[in-house]
Amino acid sequence: MKKNNIGYLLREGIRSVFLHGFMSFAAIWVTVACLLIMGTFSLVLYNLNEMILDLEKDNQVLVYIDETYSEAEAKSVGSQLNMIANIHDARFMSRGEALNSFVAEQQDEALFEGLDSSTFRDRFVVSMENNDLMKQTCEEIKKIEGVSDVQAHYEIAEGFQMIQRMLNIASMIIIAVLFVVSVLIISNTVKLAMYDRKEEISIMKMVGATNGFIRWPFVVEGFILGFVASVLAFFLQWGLYNFLENQITSLDTLHLFTMVPFVEVVELVAVCYAAVGFFVGVFGSLLSIRKFLKV
Amino acid sequence: MIEFRNVYKVYEPGTRALNGVSLKIEDGEFVFLVGPSGSGKSTIIKILTAELQPTSGSVFVNGFTLEKIRRSAVPYMRRTLGVIFQDFRLIENKSVYENVAFAMRVIGASEKEIKKRVPYVLELVGLENKSRRLPNELSGGEQQRVAIARALVNNPNMIIADEPTGNLDPARSLEIMMLLEQINALGTTVMVVTHANQLVDRFTKRVIAIDNGEIISDGMDGYFAYEEE
Repeated sequence: MKKNNIGYLLREGIRSVFLHGFMSFAAIWVTVACLLIMGTFSLVLYNLNEMILDLEKDNQVLVYIDETYSEAEAKSVGSQLNMIANIHDARFMSRGEALNSFVAEQQDEALFEGLDSSTFRDRFVVSMENNDLMKQTCEEIKKIEGVSDVQAHYEIAEGFQMIQRMLNIASMIIIAVLFVVSVLIISNTVKLAMYDRKEEISIMKMVGATNGFIRWPFVVEGFILGFVASVLAFFLQWGLYNFLENQITSLDTLHLFTMVPFVEVVELVAVCYAAVGFFVGVFGSLLSIRKFLKV
Repeated sequence: MIEFRNVYKVYEPGTRALNGVSLKIEDGEFVFLVGPSGSGKSTIIKILTAELQPTSGSVFVNGFTLEKIRRSAVPYMRRTLGVIFQDFRLIENKSVYENVAFAMRVIGASEKEIKKRVPYVLELVGLENKSRRLPNELSGGEQQRVAIARALVNNPNMIIADEPTGNLDPARSLEIMMLLEQINALGTTVMVVTHANQLVDRFTKRVIAIDNGEIISDGMDGYFAYEEE
């Protein structure tokens, strides 16, 4: 592209956005709607993932130590546990602590008065880095000398994994569909602009304009539409997110749901929206231009 | 210079538009291409402007070999040609000046070059006082002059005029032909495709006649010579 042309091509692109005012307006708002649905879905998924991670942390594994081991010997098993890569934390709980914990959980503590701590075994409360590898990690733990039993709730871990996988698949499909819809909407708007200027394009080709020269104003137009839509969608998303966060906080008095504050994801959302807006706008334009340049 | 060497063009499904056409037009010539509807005139223009590829044979246009031309080189070949159409093909929402300047702008000319060249070309076609008018404020003859100015502004080697007088009355048609003759006198090759036999015979120029996709006469004897064939 020649330097002389840059200003002209940018002006033409901007002029075209205003020239097709209603179509531009419609394209921007439909794209905003698609981006908002995509963004909201992604943020809901993000929050669910965070909640699942929190819940997974509570799904701890109990590692029981051989009854014949003294407390000091039992504690020494901890160093071997910590050598296993997937173990995030291994907290020692003595027989006495296990007894106290058990009694505290009961409704009528008086019934268990006089219960001897030797009824219980020394143990480690283990949390995993990745619960997907819980089974393999438990197998490794069982091989350690002094470990008599391992108690793990595989079904809970698998349940979380299944929920996560389903959410991921469903959201990917919805995001992909909405992405294609956005591209087609921008593409259609630019196509209408091109039909409107078909005669002008044929004259341009006849006097020797290169395909690049013809293409640029439409790419600029698509970029502007995508960019404006992404900026609007970003701020609307921010408002919508804060609104939902306030509603959930005020309604959920038990604090079952916790949302990640928007400021923690603001950069990620801004970059994603800018990237999707740019790609949808430019790709949508390029898609519709191709057939007009074949003359 | 343009040259057709044994050019065939067959449209699907088997319609022969050109049937072994060979012709050569040297730089600086003024040539009329005449023939009835469907004779192959439009196909010749479309091949010259690389809108169509010949089925076989060779075509050379101002140093470009069209059967070997890369797609990216087509715009540069087209810049050596100025094409004028029967229906003028002006951009309705641009002024006379902008219509002409537009042709320079699309090939990357600077504003300085445009400001220098456009008034000169508009003066050449006699429209220096109407540069701010829109096309629909002009007569047919004036609109065709704008189209000629646009074809001329990039200083092409050759002007191809496809039925340039088809929408004009006899007096305006004569004016346009005289303008094209004047442009030719300045050194630009001119090829006029026309049906207007009386107009052709007012000029003593080379006339190439085509019928059924074949050249049936080529000489200085005028249109009637072709009709007597």
